[in-house]
Amino acid sequence: MKIFLALIARDLTLAIRQGGGVGMALGFFLAVMVLLPLGIGPDLKLLQRIAPGALWITLLLSVLLSADRIFQPDDDDGSLELFSLGLMPMELVALAKAIAHWITTGLPLAIAAPALGVLLNLDSSLFLPLLAAMGLGSMALSLLATIGAAVTVGLKRGGLIVSLLILPLYVPVLIFGVAATAGQNAMPGVFGSSLLILLAIALACLVLAPAASAALLRAHMK
Amino acid sequence: MRLIADKIDCERGGRRVFSDLSFTLGSGEGLLLTGANGSGKTSLLRLIAGLGDPAGGTFSIDGMDDDLAIGQRSHYVAHRNALKTALSVEENLAFWAKFMGASDVAAGIERGLGLFNLDHLASYSAGLLSQGQARRLALSRLELVARPIWLLDEPSVGLDEASCKQLAAAMNSHMDKGGLLIATTHTGLGVSFTKTIDMSEGA
Amino acid sequence: MQKYANPTRFYALSGKVLPWLAAATLLAFAVGLYLALVKAPQDYQQGETVRIMFVHVPAAWMAMFCYSTIALASAIGLVWRHPLADVAAKCAAPIGASFTFLALVTGSLWGKPMWGTWWVWDARLTSVFVLFLLYLGYMAIWQAIEEPLRAARVAAIVALVGFVNVPIIKFSVDWWNSLHQPASVLRMDGPAIHMDLLAPLLVMGLAYTLLFFTLHLIAIRSEITRRRIRVIELAEVQG
Repeated sequence: MKIFLALIARDLTLAIRQGGGVGMALGFFLAVMVLLPLGIGPDLKLLQRIAPGALWITLLLSVLLSADRIFQPDDDDGSLELFSLGLMPMELVALAKAIAHWITTGLPLAIAAPALGVLLNLDSSLFLPLLAAMGLGSMALSLLATIGAAVTVGLKRGGLIVSLLILPLYVPVLIFGVAATAGQNAMPGVFGSSLLILLAIALACLVLAPAASAALLRAHMK
Repeated sequence: MRLIADKIDCERGGRRVFSDLSFTLGSGEGLLLTGANGSGKTSLLRLIAGLGDPAGGTFSIDGMDDDLAIGQRSHYVAHRNALKTALSVEENLAFWAKFMGASDVAAGIERGLGLFNLDHLASYSAGLLSQGQARRLALSRLELVARPIWLLDEPSVGLDEASCKQLAAAMNSHMDKGGLLIATTHTGLGVSFTKTIDMSEGA
Repeated sequence: MQKYANPTRFYALSGKVLPWLAAATLLAFAVGLYLALVKAPQDYQQGETVRIMFVHVPAAWMAMFCYSTIALASAIGLVWRHPLADVAAKCAAPIGASFTFLALVTGSLWGKPMWGTWWVWDARLTSVFVLFLLYLGYMAIWQAIEEPLRAARVAAIVALVGFVNVPIIKFSVDWWNSLHQPASVLRMDGPAIHMDLLAPLLVMGLAYTLLFFTLHLIAIRSEITRRRIRVIELAEVQG
């Protein structure tokens, strides 16, 4: 447990000191926010309708694009190998990394999302559902991102492969995330049930993602 | 405690690097691997550490009760330093001490800093270190936690003469206390090894 | 010019100038705010909220001005290798980004009563938003690249590329805006600038500019100190 926390603490410290974590993701989020009306038109009614979906998609992409931060730096300086020689199983290493990634990327974006939703004229009644759904959903997104990161660690042309691999896995999170955010207006009770499904997905990822990531990392190092 | 390597075959990139390699190493003994580049010195060390599976043969530990893998009983120091430049010298050591399960982290850090006299640099950012200093810091990991097996891949590269002597003293002390040492080098290390394997022979 | 290139000389000189500059800034703000909040008349259409204009418009001016400063300093750094040019560019960025952010937020506040919503994508705000992104990208370069000389070079090129793009972006956004006929024609300057509104605006503009110079000087001095400390630390560590 102490080792687990030490790893998370180290990653948080590095993220704060080296910057590039929250700032970059937020910057990317803002950049996409600008592109949406430029591409779709500034009609506020239209933007309001697409806001939940657009925010979720942007969240997915932001988390995904920051996935290479998860394992690559440690692989570069030789720390990853040493992790496998530690007393903590690689599954827990992967989980610790996912949690650190969530705290430094997914969670801040989820918290900022309602404010950014203003740019798309998001209905203010949706702020709280958005926050809750993204808070949960972003955890699942970070966990799934570690799988992609584990696949592409050490790959010279990792870039888009991560997207191709992980975006399909993101589909359930997206569907139930948007439903939890905006579905309430269409169908009462959708918020509650979608949120529960989102929770189930997050819990499933909590178990499956570290196992998969660890297996992939072991394969990389052998 | 004994480390036993039984008929190890090693393949890398489809090519057979070495085959049918066996040795036994007991407490207090040191094994030196020599040979030209590409002869498999580094590969063998990595196989012992568990950073790869041999194409054939097995490694085993004799005389220990617990379930730990060889890698978990070892200190492995290779070419990369595993240092974070955004952390201070002390913070780098503190992390590895915690990660390797040191019961007394502060004492471990003290020993680590003392190995190459890096105490005065403790609070400075690791990014300020010269290459030689970074190398010394990486090697300081050896003192954070006591582990019976030391696997060192060309440890003296980048070290000045004084540091080489300190490293040799540490290696000798480790073996005196009953530890096992396996090291590769191109130059000498100033340590008398029990056994030597020239990896260039036998392919 | 070369006389002030020496960071030490610059540091000494700026130290003497800074108190006067700060005092002038405070004075300009005092006058400007008085004119803006007290003397300027209400707008017949927007009422008191038109006063936000005196905070918003100069902020938007400064957003552009600061980016131009960055571009100029970057060019000087690239061409003449003036030692303080890169520092000047780097230090102007956070200040410029803050002005831009201020422009965006005050623009939002100004528009809320009229639009009924916190944000619209009109030509002006959209362009300023994109400018904000340019600032963020520029600042990210400095943070991402550790080695200062290489960071300076890369940042300078990025700044110039951005600068060249600003008119293109502005043009395309204006064109985009004309395509999508907005429901209400919004003029962020308010009606044709009347002298009563112009004077406070200009004074506030001056105040903002002085504020920028003050903050910029402070930031450059901090950066010089920071670099000195690093040199000292490096010497202490590596001997």
